[in-house]
Amino acid sequence: MTDTVPKKTPLYEEHVGLGAKIIPFGGWLMPVQYTSIVEEHQAVRNNVGIFDISHMGQLLVSGPAAGGWLNTMLTNNIDKLKVGQGQYTFLLNEAGGIIDDLIVYRIEEQKFLLVVNAGRTDEDFAWLERYRLKDVDLKNRSANFGGVAVQGPRAAELFHALFGENVNLPARNHIADLDLEGMRLSIARTGYTGEDGVEVFFRAEDAAKFWNAALKKGQAVGIKPCGLGARDTLRLEVCYPLNGSDLSPQRNPIEAGLGFFVDLTKPNFIGREALLKTKENGSPEKLVAFRMQTKGPPPRPHYSVFDNGERVGEVTSGTLSPSLNYGIGMAYVSAPHATIGTRIDIEIRGQKFPATIEKKPLYKKS
Amino acid sequence: MNVPDDLLYTETHEWIRREGENVRVGITDHAQSELTDVVYVELPKMDRQVNAREAIAVVESVKAASDIYAPAKGTVVEVNKALEADPGLLNREPFGEGWIFVLKIDNPDDLKQLKDAAAYRQQIG
Repeated sequence: MTDTVPKKTPLYEEHVGLGAKIIPFGGWLMPVQYTSIVEEHQAVRNNVGIFDISHMGQLLVSGPAAGGWLNTMLTNNIDKLKVGQGQYTFLLNEAGGIIDDLIVYRIEEQKFLLVVNAGRTDEDFAWLERYRLKDVDLKNRSANFGGVAVQGPRAAELFHALFGENVNLPARNHIADLDLEGMRLSIARTGYTGEDGVEVFFRAEDAAKFWNAALKKGQAVGIKPCGLGARDTLRLEVCYPLNGSDLSPQRNPIEAGLGFFVDLTKPNFIGREALLKTKENGSPEKLVAFRMQTKGPPPRPHYSVFDNGERVGEVTSGTLSPSLNYGIGMAYVSAPHATIGTRIDIEIRGQKFPATIEKKPLYKKS
Repeated sequence: MNVPDDLLYTETHEWIRREGENVRVGITDHAQSELTDVVYVELPKMDRQVNAREAIAVVESVKAASDIYAPAKGTVVEVNKALEADPGLLNREPFGEGWIFVLKIDNPDDLKQLKDAAAYRQQIG
């Protein structure tokens, strides 16, 4: 992490004004909750919630060689992206380990926006800069831009309340530029909660104006400002990985069960050789999702996983699921034990509690 | 924040109510508001002998697990089973139905180490 003083997002004063509890996260002072993690979580599952994601990094890559070069740096296939489309992808080291997981958007034919994890932005930038080709331009615009995620089944309603009934919501994984009351906004139909919704990027000076406009118009659809606490329970219910917990430079996308976002048919990208080897030999451990069988204590990161008394893995994410009202989590488990339906035990303060390895996602809309 | 005058307090945000030879213990309004959304309470075992400042119970919120400490040396003589079914009692009634355990204390003088309401108010600002 970082030793420097944590930064404030352009929405920091809004969070304080709303009475949020603030914590340092990824080098930033972020709201962890405003009223209650459970209430904020339910707002997103039932209505709509708004999250400050200004801490996330925004990198721009452009130039005639940008697409071809990015295809050697990222695991997914850039060639599949038309202008206005985005994809989830990984930045790997030579050993196939995950430096970062991110979304790359093709915003112009030869211009790409990379939205990366807050705590990895500088590292990602330095890594990309190290391999950058002469005719590729790389910029870190994070300091000048902010963003919010507007998520929930009523997010589309709110979008139309803000932009008008006749303005089209971008299609899933697409991004479009829109103007609102003099603000230039980029709107992506993406999110990290398992609900429909958008992520809106804007210049830092427009942050408070957009945030307050969305909160005001959102009242009619039950909007709540939501913090990192709810973001974590929401993403974990749908088994989206958290970098630094479920993903790390010691783990690769294959063992994390995210091979879908890796195109091994591409002739060459950093980490490809290592991934081919993992594919051939099988990974010794796999990231699985599990659910507790009893209403005991919630699982937490670093708790040990047992199968019939044998230690077979370690929890990387865990919480009480507000939607399911059971403890849930993800864990790296040695491959022979990492099958759906396997009964495992999670050791909590010296006592073992039964759990079952489940199919991902753990929560599905009924 | 509610800090009743008739209770004693610890640095670690437990409240203590004297009941003859026993003390009833819970967590303060301030503590529950910091934790929010208590989802699980691990109670101490009945008849357990405990030392002052020993971690003997655990309160878990959605985000994290927090230890609860014995305020004095003694024996656990009562635990609040209602918290197992309804841990949210800790949030709703921290000084009432949300109590956690009762200790029979060895030496009442131990309680002199604890804070009064004024000192605790100062601690939480």
